[in-house]
Amino acid sequence: MSSMDPWSVQTWTYILVAITFTLYIGIAVWSKARSTRDFYVAGGGVSPWANGMATAADWMSAASFISMAGIISFAGYDGAVYLMGWTGGYVLLALLLAPYLRKFGKFTVPDFIGDRYYSKQARLVAVACALLVSFTYVAGQMRGVGIVFSRFLEVDITSGVLIGMAIVLFYAVLGGMKGITYTQVAQYCVLICAFMIPAIFISIQMTGNPIPQWGFGSTLSDGSGMYLLDKLDGLSQELGFSAYTEGSKSRVDVLAITLALMVGTAGLPHVIIRFFTVKRVRDARKSAGLALLLIAVLYTTAPAVAVFARTNMIETVSNRPYDSMPEWFGKWEATGLIDFTDRSGDGVIQYVQDPERNELRIDRDIMVLANPEIARLPNWLVALVAAGGLAAALSTAAGLLLVISASVSHDLIKKTLRPGISEKGELRAARLSAVVAVAVAGYFGIHPPGFVAAVVALAFGLAAASFFPAIILGIFHKRMNREGAVAGMVAGVATMIFYILKFKFGVFDGGQAAAAGLTGDWWFGISPEGFGAVAMLVNFAVALVVMRFTAPPPAAVQDLVEDIRIPGGAREAGPAPH
Amino acid sequence: MEQDPRDLEKAQAYWRENIRYVAILLAVWFLVSFGAGILFVDVLNGVRIGGFKLGFWFAQQGSMLVFVVLIFIYVWLMNRLDRKYQYDE
Repeated sequence: MSSMDPWSVQTWTYILVAITFTLYIGIAVWSKARSTRDFYVAGGGVSPWANGMATAADWMSAASFISMAGIISFAGYDGAVYLMGWTGGYVLLALLLAPYLRKFGKFTVPDFIGDRYYSKQARLVAVACALLVSFTYVAGQMRGVGIVFSRFLEVDITSGVLIGMAIVLFYAVLGGMKGITYTQVAQYCVLICAFMIPAIFISIQMTGNPIPQWGFGSTLSDGSGMYLLDKLDGLSQELGFSAYTEGSKSRVDVLAITLALMVGTAGLPHVIIRFFTVKRVRDARKSAGLALLLIAVLYTTAPAVAVFARTNMIETVSNRPYDSMPEWFGKWEATGLIDFTDRSGDGVIQYVQDPERNELRIDRDIMVLANPEIARLPNWLVALVAAGGLAAALSTAAGLLLVISASVSHDLIKKTLRPGISEKGELRAARLSAVVAVAVAGYFGIHPPGFVAAVVALAFGLAAASFFPAIILGIFHKRMNREGAVAGMVAGVATMIFYILKFKFGVFDGGQAAAAGLTGDWWFGISPEGFGAVAMLVNFAVALVVMRFTAPPPAAVQDLVEDIRIPGGAREAGPAPH
Repeated sequence: MEQDPRDLEKAQAYWRENIRYVAILLAVWFLVSFGAGILFVDVLNGVRIGGFKLGFWFAQQGSMLVFVVLIFIYVWLMNRLDRKYQYDE
């Protein structure tokens, strides 16, 4: 059937992917980086709108695009930790970090840590954290690229990752931050259309309301007059799950995870450096607001998509004969993302909470990717979702690669190992380290370490436990000194790594606690995902105590703090103003 | 740096006002997310607006909308403050 159709999903996917990739490459050629200033901060003249869109695309990864709505549709209320956590961090970023770091006007986060704390060790600790966080993240993105390629274009995951690597390599290496910024603007447009259009269609189908954010709080359009959320609460409880709008995590854990994600977001280097690319301090504030506005378009739609998809899914499969399943069911079954085992042997699908009786396993990633098919939307829309997923994964991967290459060429080579390196040499080193970073990321994309999921919690936890307190104290506490900041970062990071090793990997008890999920042993009832909040407090506490017993920072550094607090005359980003 | 004492005073006054704005806005940030969305979610869920329980709505919609508004209020306040102290670029 669909293979005979000249306008099949696959044909549409080829067309849309070809068009969007040509666009990205065209933009990269047009915006080639000619100096290190271009390469690291896009010349420092990006408009607030362009930076807002680029930040939004940079931020919204394959995880936000493909997985988040799916996670929420299985977690119900508890999914709010991601929604609030990954947006609330922008308030911290806009009010506490972005304007001051822009005024400071250098290239990287370790630049700030190194200068503010007048210390090479501090810079090196920051470089290590930046590399760890970014590599963790980027491996997941390359994997996302591979999955989308393999599922929609029917190539194997390895070829998918290689194609993705080639594209990212081309525009990140050639264009640096400048190329990345303008491709991200295009990628934002692609991914937001790909997310919104199906959501609007489905919202109209189910509730008659074209705005998904309102639609999921409206009544069903089937004439029953019942509210959609009430119906889903009822369906969930019938099948033995907790009511959708109630959730099942403990309150203290929800609190800790939300805080850890917020603070981690504000401390992620690939987000922070985006604010070095705008012209003035006021532009940094404004573009943080625009970035969050553009992110919120997707993030407020995701919970609606989650509700639509969950309801549709339950209604389509629950208590229905296996033989009557629509075409998409078989297609996704073939990928292993849907798995039906007929335990009772009656040919009818039992989808329930009780693991003894449940016969259906549904991978959460399907919720967004298959949603248009489940709702029987036209083929071109299904293909658009594939193009959107690729845009989300590529844009985030590129942003992370830039952090990695800048950490190596600028912080390690220029500022530590070979201060005498020429501008041209540094630019060459930046390009070379981008190439190496792409290769390493691609390797992890093809051979994903089994602990990717565990390490994502670690990435946010580390950002929360290291950068956030060090930068905040650097701006808001003039007396904070080198000893305090370094001790705080080391203590925060060590606490975080210890907790992850103990409860995610079970290093200290042969894997028992991790394998058995002994939630009772968690400190204060906080999961490893939320522990970044505690590690952050450890950093603050240690830094403040150590500071009291050590010498204050030199006068020049205190003047620097005074200087970054007021906007006027923001320096050109980077050391060499033309 | 060649600091005029009056410049220093001005900078400190600017900084104090900035801190006050930030403190107020962050209090709202905390109230809508950690307050309405998490700590008081059960109480607020007793109130319904259309199909939404209010606590659930704050957790999955309202807090994010308030976040966006907060940043734009901050942008507006700070631009005004920059002009007042002639720090606008």
